Amino acid sequence: MMFRRTAKAAPDLPPLGAQRTGWLLAVAASALLPHADHLPGWLGAVTLLLFTWRLAQWKRGWPGASGWIRTLLIVAGCAGISLTFGRLFGREPGVALLALLLVLKLHELKSVRDGHTVVLLGYFMLLAAFTYSQTPAMAALLFAAMGVITAALIALTGPPAAPLALLRQSGWMLAQALPFMLVLFVLFPRVPGPLWGLPLDAHGARTGLSDSMEPGSISQLSQSGEIAFRARFDREAPPARDLYWRGPVLTEFDGRTWRQGTAARRTGGTPPHPVAGPRSGYEVTLEAHGKNWLFALETVAALPAGARVSDDWQVLSGDVVRNRRRDRFESVLAARPGIEEWSAHIDAARRLPRDGNPRARALAAELRRQSGSDAATVDALLRRFRREAFVYTLTPPLLPGADGIDAFLFDTRRGFCEHYAGAFVFLARAAGLPARVVTGYQGGERNSVDSFIVVRQSDAHAWAEVWLPAEGWRRVDPTAAILPSRVERGLADLAAGEPVPFVARADLGWLRTLRHRWEAANNAWNQWVLSYDQQRQRELLSRLGMAQPDWQTMTAWMAALCGLMAGALTLWALRRAPGRDALARAWAGLDRALAPAGLGRAAWEGPLDYAERVAAARPDLAADLRAACTLYADARYGGAPLAPAAREIRARSRALRCHRTLHHR
Amino acid sequence: MPTAAAPRALIDAASELILGKRSRIELALTCLIAGGHLLIEDVPGTGKTTLAHVLARLFGLDFRRVQFTSDLLPADILGVSVFERDSGGFRFHPGPVFTQVLLADEVNRATPRTQSALLEAMEEHQVSVEGETRRLPEPFFVIATQNPASQIGTYPLPESQLDRFMMRLTMGYPDPAAERALLTGRDRRSLLEDLAPCADAAQLTRWRDEAQALHVADALIDYVQALIAHTRDGGRYRLGLSPRAGLALLAAARAHARVHERSHVLPEDVQAVLPAVALHRLPPLDPLPPDDAARMLLQAVALPH
Repeated sequence: MMFRRTAKAAPDLPPLGAQRTGWLLAVAASALLPHADHLPGWLGAVTLLLFTWRLAQWKRGWPGASGWIRTLLIVAGCAGISLTFGRLFGREPGVALLALLLVLKLHELKSVRDGHTVVLLGYFMLLAAFTYSQTPAMAALLFAAMGVITAALIALTGPPAAPLALLRQSGWMLAQALPFMLVLFVLFPRVPGPLWGLPLDAHGARTGLSDSMEPGSISQLSQSGEIAFRARFDREAPPARDLYWRGPVLTEFDGRTWRQGTAARRTGGTPPHPVAGPRSGYEVTLEAHGKNWLFALETVAALPAGARVSDDWQVLSGDVVRNRRRDRFESVLAARPGIEEWSAHIDAARRLPRDGNPRARALAAELRRQSGSDAATVDALLRRFRREAFVYTLTPPLLPGADGIDAFLFDTRRGFCEHYAGAFVFLARAAGLPARVVTGYQGGERNSVDSFIVVRQSDAHAWAEVWLPAEGWRRVDPTAAILPSRVERGLADLAAGEPVPFVARADLGWLRTLRHRWEAANNAWNQWVLSYDQQRQRELLSRLGMAQPDWQTMTAWMAALCGLMAGALTLWALRRAPGRDALARAWAGLDRALAPAGLGRAAWEGPLDYAERVAAARPDLAADLRAACTLYADARYGGAPLAPAAREIRARSRALRCHRTLHHR
Repeated sequence: MPTAAAPRALIDAASELILGKRSRIELALTCLIAGGHLLIEDVPGTGKTTLAHVLARLFGLDFRRVQFTSDLLPADILGVSVFERDSGGFRFHPGPVFTQVLLADEVNRATPRTQSALLEAMEEHQVSVEGETRRLPEPFFVIATQNPASQIGTYPLPESQLDRFMMRLTMGYPDPAAERALLTGRDRRSLLEDLAPCADAAQLTRWRDEAQALHVADALIDYVQALIAHTRDGGRYRLGLSPRAGLALLAAARAHARVHERSHVLPEDVQAVLPAVALHRLPPLDPLPPDDAARMLLQAVALPH
């Protein structure tokens, strides 16, 4: 019944068997699985439903989807996709459409040709999955999926075999491709910059700092364990309390929100003022974050080419950071830049809204009067934060829109770093000192496996800067005054009951080690696979002893290595492939001895028939060949021991080889 | 009665009667040893009946012949119970099927009902008449013939029935030398009468058992499986070989190896019986002359190493 239907549908094409259909179902499953997390929900459900239906048809003999159901589904699916995405082209709708087509194709499998379509579609879906995620876990998943799809391809073209055997064969084939992949990856000449980039929507909304700050904006970040960047120092990394990674500097305040000022918009290719002191060199591998900020330690002294630095010392890249990037910086950690600061910037750092927060203003005036000098005022402000009962918490109470700083300083007294930094700068300005808020990241965790400093979103921090005429901009971290351990050890030491981000917990030692290993593996993958660019290639090749890694040398090496490997594989296959055991190799050797004289065995020819055919044509070879063929037949089909037969066949082959040339006309 | 004769001796003896048909005789004997039934397709007068006669005679087996016609009924083959006044009861009169070698001539002339009565007897080695099951004698060997030339008023055997014949042979015309010997030699019928049995039913059973016991290597099973897979997936046939066909192929190959006095089965044995065993079960997508079809099938599948 089943057969007749397929035969009627495609009379001239070889029909698929049940086993191959099963393989194609596996192809669809492994091609769709990597897309599971980004298909729209309704489409995921439809896809799963159609797949389950087809599975039931295959396994339980359910009726299949008829032609009009398929037509209906494709029309409805296209409509749904264009409604969901607003278009039918581009990566997201394209992948969604392909997923739908792939499961629908499963419902019209008639011939082997349909099977090939599914296999090709499957490969393409794997490629598409790489544009979403390039993590090592994803790579492993896709590699496994590729093994399944390749096994299906073998099942489509080859004779029927056990599933495990097909998987083994496909794995073996992929393993053979591996050295070529490595050589091409390492040696293929790279052009500086991306040859083709990922689509613009490859990176959606990212968590990260923003260019403004109001109460609550950073405490949200504190819950994210996502990695912001990694850094590796040339020498020993400085202690965590000295690691202030400078981000947007916020000068303007409207009573509630802090924003960047004019100093942020004036940029140059070199630091605005020379920085003197011992320099630390380090490399930062920044994750894509959708803004054009780079994060360097205070105070940056040397920039990578193409980067710029603003008058308020924030480092910027030429354009938005859409892909992970690696930059080299040098910083002077103890510097106090800006003794000669433009007066416009100093004036901007003094400005306050005309009214609001009267209690804070009164307090600042009071402190200013008591302490006298600028430096003493700063100390008095810090003392005040330290002495009063302020609580550092990730879940501060909501503050009123107006007079929020008053409410925080005198009523709630519970806050996160942005509250302290904001309140401190407000007080400082109210006391007549130029001050500004600096956001960025503070600290970082040293990975014990690869010694990279890992900085997460949960390390996002805000601190303050006060300009003192004699020393320039001085960093003041009021949070450190409340809770010194925040800048020593990160968030791990928060008060009991606080929702500490899972990744920041210090108590689970084994978990930490495990996480370090995993992140180190991720980092190695990022450093050496995903960011393997021209510079990395040069480094690696010169370390391997290639004197001049220009593209001609690399191409020559690449061709030579690939040729060498192809040759070695071919040679190995020639010796090995015709058989699995010594007897088969000896038998193939016999064929090689006689084939050049035109006396080779046809693939389908039985051993005794072959001996008789050749004996009739070349009686001089008859004795040896008959003996060899009988030995083979007895060993292969009669159960005689293989090894002695193989030895004897090899001996006869040698004799035949001499004979063949002696008598060959 | 001569004993311990080799199968080869039977083939030699038969070849003296049926001239120039040694390979057909060998296959027919192979089929008999393998316990299968034989379908011969050819025009009349090519020695089909003689072949059946000779085989029966050489083993000293009972031989019956039924000419199939369109009005032949199942009871005409299987037998019928008749009321006997003397004994006051029914007595079963066995039909011609109760024999050891049955020649069913022009089997496609009978109606499908009669055909299936015979084919069931072939398959089960027993017949059920009026609710009573009766065993057929052993060995039971059917040689059915079909005349492919005249198709008017015939009921060609459907594929499912063809599958019950282990082998299909065509006799073909004798070559000129054999034809001449036939024309100048003695009358075949008198030669047949002079033919002495070289073996007996017990000997046949022994050969059958020996064939069953032959060593079959994994590599040979691989080869048989590859052949079957090719017919199913190779894209040349509308319908691949059935599992029964696979069993028949292996049984025939064993018998062939026994005929050639081998201790194990070789791919050559499979190949020797393959066209006769497989081609009538393989409706091709594009029909070829029989020789080409056989070569196409044989050469499509490589031996395992």
